Amino acid sequence: MIEKADQIFVLLGHWLVSFLPAALQQPALVLLAVVAIIVTFPALFAITVLLERKGLGRMQNRYGPNRVGPYGLFQPVADGIKSLTKEDIVPLSADAVVHFLAPVLLVVVVFMGYAVLPIGRNMTLVNLDAGILFFFAIGASSELSVFMAGWSSRNKYSLLGAMRAVAQMISYEVPLLMSSLAVVMITGSLNANRIVDAQNQYTYGLPHWYIFTPWGFAGFLLFAVAATAETNRSPFDLPEGESELVAGYFTEYSGFKFALFFLGEYVGMMGISGLGTTLFLGGYSAPLQVLGFVPSWAWFIGKIMLSMCVFIWVRGTLPRLRQDQLMNFAWKFVLPLSLLNLFVAAAWRFMGQGFLRWVVCSAVLLIAYVVMARVGMKREHFGPRSYRYAE
Amino acid sequence: MSFVLYILAALTVAGGLAAVLLKNTVHCALALTVAFAGLALLFLELDAQFAGFAQILIYIGAVAILVVFAILLTRGSETPKGSAYSHSPLVGLVIAACVFAVLGWAVLHSTAQLPPGTTSATPTVTVADIGNALMTRYVLPLEIVALLLTAALIGAVIVAMHEKEGSR
Repeated sequence: MIEKADQIFVLLGHWLVSFLPAALQQPALVLLAVVAIIVTFPALFAITVLLERKGLGRMQNRYGPNRVGPYGLFQPVADGIKSLTKEDIVPLSADAVVHFLAPVLLVVVVFMGYAVLPIGRNMTLVNLDAGILFFFAIGASSELSVFMAGWSSRNKYSLLGAMRAVAQMISYEVPLLMSSLAVVMITGSLNANRIVDAQNQYTYGLPHWYIFTPWGFAGFLLFAVAATAETNRSPFDLPEGESELVAGYFTEYSGFKFALFFLGEYVGMMGISGLGTTLFLGGYSAPLQVLGFVPSWAWFIGKIMLSMCVFIWVRGTLPRLRQDQLMNFAWKFVLPLSLLNLFVAAAWRFMGQGFLRWVVCSAVLLIAYVVMARVGMKREHFGPRSYRYAE
Repeated sequence: MSFVLYILAALTVAGGLAAVLLKNTVHCALALTVAFAGLALLFLELDAQFAGFAQILIYIGAVAILVVFAILLTRGSETPKGSAYSHSPLVGLVIAACVFAVLGWAVLHSTAQLPPGTTSATPTVTVADIGNALMTRYVLPLEIVALLLTAALIGAVIVAMHEKEGSR
């Protein structure tokens, strides 16, 4: 029974394709899985948007949407209909072809990332040998679509937003890769399934997730910071800072193209949360051995939604960074720490079992964190900012 | 020779041609990206996963972005008024022909370099094999490349820092 619930989507897929002739079964199964991904994650996107608007509303002492349906639950439906029926305006001077291709490319690229994520036991679309590399390679391509959107709009705000976005994404891609590399080093594989399997073990009913090791905890925090910046989320949302750039690189998009950018952003966030879950939070494995009866896919979706809640919480809490703070933070704090984390992970690997490696690894990371934070803050002078060019 | 190969080859060649023939510099850069993507897909078609993904990560994720940045930060992305083409097409043609000849010669002679007894044209190389080779047999070249890149990085930072020193 538990096994059935765990494998329900796999069994359902096999049952559905069993009506087809044998030659068509394999392609049909792949098609079915792709359709399932393309349906599931936009549905989660709708839930997340509602959650975000409600949650942010509560954090800011207001109600949030509460008019459409009971408790405003049908707000995403109304939003969807609205964006579908709105006029699609393309600026006269815009580069029409590139302007059209940018949102399409973003959505395609963002969905492709899900191909390698293990959504549940036996529920990886393509079990690639170099799955993690694939995810990063595809993620890097989304920068291009942001640039295309900003450049083709022929609007200075769009262009500024795109330049900021690309600079930010390049800067934070390095720590993102570096912090993931520690996991790849310890597992010895770039395959997402192998990484989950390595964490899907229990001692005394407690899981072997990488987040429960010193290097894994530090790596997860660094990964989370870099992932927030990579998806242009607050507090790293300078590329679309409303107070400065209207809406950044998608200022000149309206109607359904705007909705596609919105969708791309959130589905991208879920994708990178899924990657973080796979790398550090044990993927589809249960947090306690006794909870193993809950289906694996439910854990994966649950962990993604939990990360989305954290994204919303952070957005409601932290103020936006300034451009120079953003760059300094990436290159002078996050990157050195993630490099150090690689060495710590290597030390962890070669110090053998025992209590000592816990103490040494934690101490090294903690001391490095405190020293770097202190030195960095000492150089920072608080008070009125002096501008070199703006005055 | 499969059908997929012809499609990918056509895509790559079309991207390359567009990169040369289009007038707007940013369009050229985007067309070049299409050519890069076509090359990456060719690698994947040949079962070279690592090479394919590295091609996407480095060429589309970094090189294309840098090209685009360089265009925007320097000359502007406006379409030139006059002819966008070179004034000395003959020299370019000779250079291109030379490069093509060398590459063609290397490709045609590559079968002779294979160890005898190889039946398949594409040997099965996993990512782990590449990693092992890089960390054991080719570790010295890897370190040299790393040193070179670090030197280039520091050089770039020094060039960028120069102006700031003066204004203080």
